[in-house]
Amino acid sequence: MSGGVAAIRGGFDHPMGGDGERKKRRAEEEEEDDEDNDGRGMDAWAWEALQEDEAGLLRPLDSKTLVHAQYRKRLLLRSSAPSSSSSRIQKGLIRYLYVVFDLSRAASETDYRPSRMVVVAKCAEAFIREFFDQNPLSHIGLVTIKDGVAQRLTDIGGSPESQIKALMGKLECSGDASLQNALELVHGYLNQIPSYGHREVLILYSALNTCDPGDIMETIQKCKQAKIRCSVIGLAAEIFICKHLCEETGGSYTVALDESHFKELLLEHAPPPPAIAEYAAANLIKMGFPQRGAEGVISICSCHKEIKVGGGYTCPRCKARVCELPAECKICGLTLVSSPHLARSYHHLFPVTPFDEVSSMFSSKLNQKAPQTCYSCQESLAGHGNKSNLHVTCPKCNQHFCLNCDIYIHESLHNCPGCESHRSLPM
Amino acid sequence: MTAAQSKLYSDDVSLIVVLLDTNPFFWAASTSGNLPFSNFLNQVIPFLNSLLLLNQHNQVVLIATGVNSCDYIYDSAEAGGRNSIDAANVAAISSTILNRLENFVTKDARLAKGSDKAAAGGNGISSLLSGSLSIALCYIQRVFRSGARHPEPRILCLQGSPDGPEQYVAVMNAIFSAQRSMLAMDGCGDASVQKIILPSPFLPPFAMVPIDSCIVGPQHSAFLQQASYITGGVYLKPQHLDGLFQYLAAVFASDLQSRSFLRLPKPVGVDFRASCFCHKKTIDMGYVCSVCLSIFCKHQKMCSTCGSDLNQSPPDSTRVSRS
Repeated sequence: MSGGVAAIRGGFDHPMGGDGERKKRRAEEEEEDDEDNDGRGMDAWAWEALQEDEAGLLRPLDSKTLVHAQYRKRLLLRSSAPSSSSSRIQKGLIRYLYVVFDLSRAASETDYRPSRMVVVAKCAEAFIREFFDQNPLSHIGLVTIKDGVAQRLTDIGGSPESQIKALMGKLECSGDASLQNALELVHGYLNQIPSYGHREVLILYSALNTCDPGDIMETIQKCKQAKIRCSVIGLAAEIFICKHLCEETGGSYTVALDESHFKELLLEHAPPPPAIAEYAAANLIKMGFPQRGAEGVISICSCHKEIKVGGGYTCPRCKARVCELPAECKICGLTLVSSPHLARSYHHLFPVTPFDEVSSMFSSKLNQKAPQTCYSCQESLAGHGNKSNLHVTCPKCNQHFCLNCDIYIHESLHNCPGCESHRSLPM
Repeated sequence: MTAAQSKLYSDDVSLIVVLLDTNPFFWAASTSGNLPFSNFLNQVIPFLNSLLLLNQHNQVVLIATGVNSCDYIYDSAEAGGRNSIDAANVAAISSTILNRLENFVTKDARLAKGSDKAAAGGNGISSLLSGSLSIALCYIQRVFRSGARHPEPRILCLQGSPDGPEQYVAVMNAIFSAQRSMLAMDGCGDASVQKIILPSPFLPPFAMVPIDSCIVGPQHSAFLQQASYITGGVYLKPQHLDGLFQYLAAVFASDLQSRSFLRLPKPVGVDFRASCFCHKKTIDMGYVCSVCLSIFCKHQKMCSTCGSDLNQSPPDSTRVSRS
């Protein structure tokens, strides 16, 4: 039975981080088949915390090395893309993204608890916040497919609150899903955006079919010519038409196995994807950098049309007051940002090189003077919890770091402490 | 929700990571001026001791920011359990700090021999602020990982050297990381811990690590002003440096929980304007390359950072038409 379930759910491109993880996933699928269980999965079954070692004996799951192995796989996958390692990959930093929600009958299935639609809405809220955090200059719009018709839920905008408010409203599921109608609608809207923006669509598809009024292949060609990058995250099974769409337009197609996997796949779309150079024109965009108003200044803000005291920012061109940044001045249309917003995206352009793994037992044989503590957090490298005694070293500055610092540096900090703490010669 | 009495640490236990600027170029220039280095240390080391006296579980870590390197100088947790601070302990701490600082400064100076032509900004040579900030943040992450009961961390920068523009990206990365430090999922079962931010149930919660700054040099530091503003810390440039200990004890010694009850110096006006990449002057309206986000003050034919051809005339008003 588990074999049958695996065949339907065996998605395209899901990470298999070793035997322990595969066992965990299969146990999840079996649990989801069971009608009368209502546990949430991961921590409810004690046997999932065990794995077999080489001799066939059971031992506890070594979650720390597992997490690190998953993270290394993600990192190497990202950095081994064709045009990379030492060269800098160009990324699409100014993105105009439409997220398409499938509200057909298939979205009311209860294999994700309480229903696919609710899980999708919750994860989408997290995704929208993460998206605006990583891409402050970008815009998101929402589209739904219901009863075979695609409708726009919210206009494309630069602030997360209005998008999330629309998601929290009542979303009912019925009817069929139509991929072609959604693509036509999004194509129409994305034609209106400025030429320097990167056009993207992310489709969260639960249905297993699509009911289209015409030839979807033509629509796909139209999208390809309009340089729209379409990605799909499937909740059911792999569908040929979605795979074809993503391959033609250069997007990514993934199928989720369960809730946490879905969230992981969704959040992977938050950082900017590698950009194809011809897709967006390189332009100089005129932007304003407003000063923060002094406390106690009274003025009428142009976004809420109310009197506000203190705070706020003044547009340098027309001197109107806006409440928060980034924003577009309602009076003169100038894009207003602050320098930290631009700086938030700089780490995508200057990523930290992946560190090399070093086993401390190996290195202690070669080099008696191998460092005993992590350079950045001073934690002992020959830790008791660290069965395999792995640590990493930066290829540029040759400092040694522990596994936890490795993850923190690459996922959050984006600075190598060793390289930053040494004065490099001026280039 | 953990019961209050089962918590090992109450809300006013702090971990303070102090980043001390030891730039010899700056300190040599100020010997004749306001504050020689020895006087400065005479004020800072008693301040560190007083932090340890405020609460017996407080932790202090001292990291030196040099010109060519950064390193840990003192970690109060290393010494093992301290049951009482008495005169002998205080003297031992002071002498440890002084010895290690001296070793660090000589080592730092030796590293400079290899590269005599160090990058000199318009105002003088800068210290490696980005390096010590990164090291401090990694240490704080380690403290977060140690479990649900940990002291509340914050960073105090004692900076005198001017800002080095080549460190801008690295310092901003550190600031954004301090703004959103990841907490371990199991480390936040107690909702009364300060400043936990839960953006949505599906994103891991994060805490903000405030970066306080005390400027002991002649000019303001735009980097640290932004750092303190973004992370919710305090920025101060004392007017009378002879009384530095009093400023430190009054403003920077209070823990995060108590800060909501105190009137601390507010930022006078944080300058968020960007500086153009071509002339390094601050501008309030400029042109941004859509590929690499570099800022220019006037229209250019080619972007100097990414080399993209920018010949197309830019659309001035980029309003998306709302049909």
